[in-house]
Amino acid sequence: MSVPRRSLPARTLPLWADVVLLPLVNIALAFVVVGIIVEIIGVDPFHALKLLVVGAVGSPESIGYTLYYATNFIFTGLAVAVAFHAGLFNIGGEGQAYIGGLGCGLAVLAFDRFLPAWLLIPIAIAAAALFGAAWAAVPAWLQAWRGSHIVITTIMFNFVASALMVYLMVNVLIAPGSMTPQSRTFGPAAELPALTGSALNLSLALALGCCVGVWVFLWHTSWGYALRTMGHNPAASIYAGTNLRRMTMLAMCLSGALAGFVGVNELLGVQHRLLLDFQAGYGFAGIAVALMGRNHPLGVALAALLFGALQQGGAELSFDVPGITREMVVVIQGLVILFSGALEHLPRPWLQALLARRP
Amino acid sequence: MDDPASLVFLMFAATLRVATPLVFCAMGGLFSEKSGIIDVGLEGKMLVAAFFAAATASTTGSPWAGVAAGVAAAEVLALLHGFACITHRGNQVVSGVALNILAAGLTVVLGNAWFAQGGQTPPLTSGERLMPLFFPRAGDSILVYAGLLSVPLTWWVVGRTRFGLRLRAVGEMPLAVDAAGISVAWLRYRAVLLCGLLAGLAGSYLSVAQGAGFSRDMTAGQGFIALAAIIFGKWRPFPAFGACLMFGLLDAVAIRLQGLKVPGIGEVPVQLIQALPYLLTMFLLAGFIGRAVAPKAVGVPYEKER
Amino acid sequence: MQALTPAELASEGTGPAIELEAIDKSFGSVHAVRGVSMRIDRGSVVGIVGENGAGKSTLMSILYGLYRADAGEILVGGKPVQMDSPRDAIARGIGMVHQHFMLIDSFTVLENLVLGAEGGPLLAGGMAAARAELERLGREYGLTVDPDVLVADLSVGEQQRVEILKVLFRGARILILDEPSAVLTPQETDRLFRILGTLKEHGVTVVLITHKLREIMAVTDSVYVMRRGEVVARRDTRDTGLEELAELMVGRKVRLRFDKAAPHPGEVMLRAEHLSLVDHRGVHLLDDVGLEVRAGEIVGIAGVSGNGQTELLQILSGIRPPSGGRLEVCGRAIDAAHPGDPAEMRALGIAHVPEDRLRQGMVAAFAASETAILGYHGEAPFSRNHLLDNPAVGAHCAELMQRFDVRPREPDLRSSSFSGGNQQKLVLAREMAHAPRVMLVGQPTRGVDIGAIEFIHRELVKSRDAGCAVLVVSVELDEILSLADRILVMFAGRIVGEVGAAEADERGIGLMMAGAQPVPAGAA
Repeated sequence: MSVPRRSLPARTLPLWADVVLLPLVNIALAFVVVGIIVEIIGVDPFHALKLLVVGAVGSPESIGYTLYYATNFIFTGLAVAVAFHAGLFNIGGEGQAYIGGLGCGLAVLAFDRFLPAWLLIPIAIAAAALFGAAWAAVPAWLQAWRGSHIVITTIMFNFVASALMVYLMVNVLIAPGSMTPQSRTFGPAAELPALTGSALNLSLALALGCCVGVWVFLWHTSWGYALRTMGHNPAASIYAGTNLRRMTMLAMCLSGALAGFVGVNELLGVQHRLLLDFQAGYGFAGIAVALMGRNHPLGVALAALLFGALQQGGAELSFDVPGITREMVVVIQGLVILFSGALEHLPRPWLQALLARRP
Repeated sequence: MDDPASLVFLMFAATLRVATPLVFCAMGGLFSEKSGIIDVGLEGKMLVAAFFAAATASTTGSPWAGVAAGVAAAEVLALLHGFACITHRGNQVVSGVALNILAAGLTVVLGNAWFAQGGQTPPLTSGERLMPLFFPRAGDSILVYAGLLSVPLTWWVVGRTRFGLRLRAVGEMPLAVDAAGISVAWLRYRAVLLCGLLAGLAGSYLSVAQGAGFSRDMTAGQGFIALAAIIFGKWRPFPAFGACLMFGLLDAVAIRLQGLKVPGIGEVPVQLIQALPYLLTMFLLAGFIGRAVAPKAVGVPYEKER
Repeated sequence: MQALTPAELASEGTGPAIELEAIDKSFGSVHAVRGVSMRIDRGSVVGIVGENGAGKSTLMSILYGLYRADAGEILVGGKPVQMDSPRDAIARGIGMVHQHFMLIDSFTVLENLVLGAEGGPLLAGGMAAARAELERLGREYGLTVDPDVLVADLSVGEQQRVEILKVLFRGARILILDEPSAVLTPQETDRLFRILGTLKEHGVTVVLITHKLREIMAVTDSVYVMRRGEVVARRDTRDTGLEELAELMVGRKVRLRFDKAAPHPGEVMLRAEHLSLVDHRGVHLLDDVGLEVRAGEIVGIAGVSGNGQTELLQILSGIRPPSGGRLEVCGRAIDAAHPGDPAEMRALGIAHVPEDRLRQGMVAAFAASETAILGYHGEAPFSRNHLLDNPAVGAHCAELMQRFDVRPREPDLRSSSFSGGNQQKLVLAREMAHAPRVMLVGQPTRGVDIGAIEFIHRELVKSRDAGCAVLVVSVELDEILSLADRILVMFAGRIVGEVGAAEADERGIGLMMAGAQPVPAGAA
């Protein structure tokens, strides 16, 4: 149950093909299958593609929404990528985002009556990171000290998070007199400034900041160096004197904190209240984003942009074509994970043959 | 009818009803994991099976055609999983997650395209469903009995047949199996296909026996509860069955307890009971209650040097 | 599949059981077996000796169908055969007892026995028959094991008996044993040899792969000596002796003598007393090891690999705590209750060139410049306030490459893209760059080309002359002889002898390495 590493057959392709061509071919394969499914539904795939593209980038508003969705994908994609670099497979992004949002919401509900925005928002962001990290710290601790497998424990913790949130929203945080499980509306101090006329808000800046931060951390600090060493070669890591337990905790807490920021974008940026299922699907999609982005912040940002465009374009598409629902996007996500993750090496022999034939 | 005896009987029946898909799924997952292939994709297999079973039953009018279609759909995902993990030695967890997401999307997309009811299938009439055999209020459809039967059958196959012996061996030490001249890949494919069959029955049960039609995300994490049951049962059929019953009982109790005040404790949050299977499994995994030891080679692709 | 009765086995006459003709096998760039031909007579016990990496195990894996030969032919009973999988080998009556047992811990003895030979789709019948057969084999060959015990609960010797029973149960008439005594106690080894004797009496052909010469002398009829993938000699056991075999096995290679000033040993920098290491199975990996290394001297540890050298290096470098005994390095005392860790040891001035560079000493996917700071990544000038100074890291690597002539001189190239020799030079350069007070060097020139070997040796001597205490572990006796000022010989987790460089002779050390010679008087 190790982290996918492209180690074995690697190096038989030139670097550019490995980093750029292979992922593109994998996505293309996923889209071919999507096209077939669309065809089965009875819609012209090319027409659907056109609607999708226009829906995603056809107007300033739709671009705004694309970027808003991309913000979430950047957070969860980075979360998965950081854990990957440490050799850990965090599939608990879903739960960490959920609990991160809880922390963010609790901070706002506690302080929004008497703190100004410039103080409240940083506190809420910090709370999101802290709660997300704490939710990841438990599986990390169980793996580092008790040997429980992190894949299983993070899955389990997703469900526990979900149960906890339902309980809190229904029984504790629900606004008095409300029929739906939602908290009261946040005070105006907790609103992140919106950009353009869409859901896009200042969280995008936070996301881009995280990209830079993760890049700096992984490749420009001694901690990042030690973390990557552990992920690539635990034996060398021990040789170098790294405490693997502490490094496991560090990696997972960072990962959880990044996932927790989804709450910032959703709650401070758009919903302005605490509610159920605001994180739905972003945690799992983060796996696809990280795999496609080759676990590099730049790649993650680009993959997140693609996924954001798919999310927004898919929504528009489902408005225009009655036969297609928003879940088409979920299908595409699933296929992208399948082809760029589990079947990653499928096209490799073909590419090798193709490239070998050229002089 | 509501005397204590019949209440207990109904509670027992409710437990069994809820536990049946878990039992099928856990037995399926057990075959897969015993062979060394992790299956976090049980949920997805169950979901596509539920959808195709309901869709086919509704279209053809035959519940049995529905079950066949459900199983076939689950087998397609099982084969994809095998192709990725056995043939291409891909990451088993990534593959499982991908298939879950694919199933969650595909069932709604296809359901909407074919039935235009927001991802649901049309409600099934009693002729299109598998109805209770003996006790109408207990919901004892034939699949409930099949689920019960699947446990001793799994125990017998795993423990008493040549295939079972080799299956257990390949999950522990594929090299030893290879050295004995047995094909590792073919063994694992058979295990994965058996898993597909059982997860397919689980999903079909949800939509054409327990329920009357498919609704989006109707599996609601039961595939993962089954996974928890396998771990809880320490990869053995009868203990896993016991875990399924326990989780089923928790679920049945949770519904009954909703809003009720327990003397001395106050209101027990339903969500806590729902989260218990996961929490208990985590305690088990952490070694606080016994030790759950997975098959040694689980999750490790077998590579052969030539 | 029923085992043949002894009468049937004996009736097959003599003549060759197996003939190998010009077998050749490479793994990537490693030429593991080079044109090997052998003839193994029916009903005899044939030994194959050679150092680790000589190609013995690879050759036998080819015979058993685990690997496919690149070239050459295999004849069984005079007929050419194609061995595509172990199934083919088993069908031709060849069975193998692997060095690492192919047993499933959570299975009973009986379950392990029948795996792959169940005798039908249901277990019950086959298991009953197997139980009876097991009893018969036990009676006839003296191989008694309780069929219903879990393999995990058996001792290593008993597990090996199960492996042999498995092979016999499948009707094998030719038995290959790969380093069978590697994991056994002396008593268990004696018992194994008695069993082999019984098997031979019953007409079974035995091929024994080992690097222990005493075993060859004790049980074989004839012996093949392998070195660097080739057969260098064949002898009838009664016509040869320990000394000749040791010489053949180690080989008389040209000694890389170079001018080396006499050492000027200073104070003791590293002292180990009564070190022991016991693994989770209770096997003693190290037993009462004591040694001293002084500033300004090179101490060499000779020994066939797998005799505790790896574990000794792990303890000295802080990777693993000792089970017992005491270690003193640069003033810091370490024992089981006060373990060190690699970072601390490095801070004390101990540099460590690990035996297995790819697995431990570098990160294959990292750029050379990153590998060049492994272990020192938290120190200035590479890192200040935890911020890496990548230009400084690159410049440092470029400088190391210049000084140690690492090619190509590209700090940004992936570490795995360098040749073995250049990787080793890079690791060595990294460890020497910090003017260590003690250097632990494992297999300094494994997989390194001739040109680089001399360079690396010179650098080690330079370090010594600069006052560093150097401990070199190598399985290449030549290397030890040319480098070391003092030589310790390890065998079976113990230091079995100490020789000064001046009075060192290859043959004597070779015998000690093979465990053939009792500890000389006055040795450690």
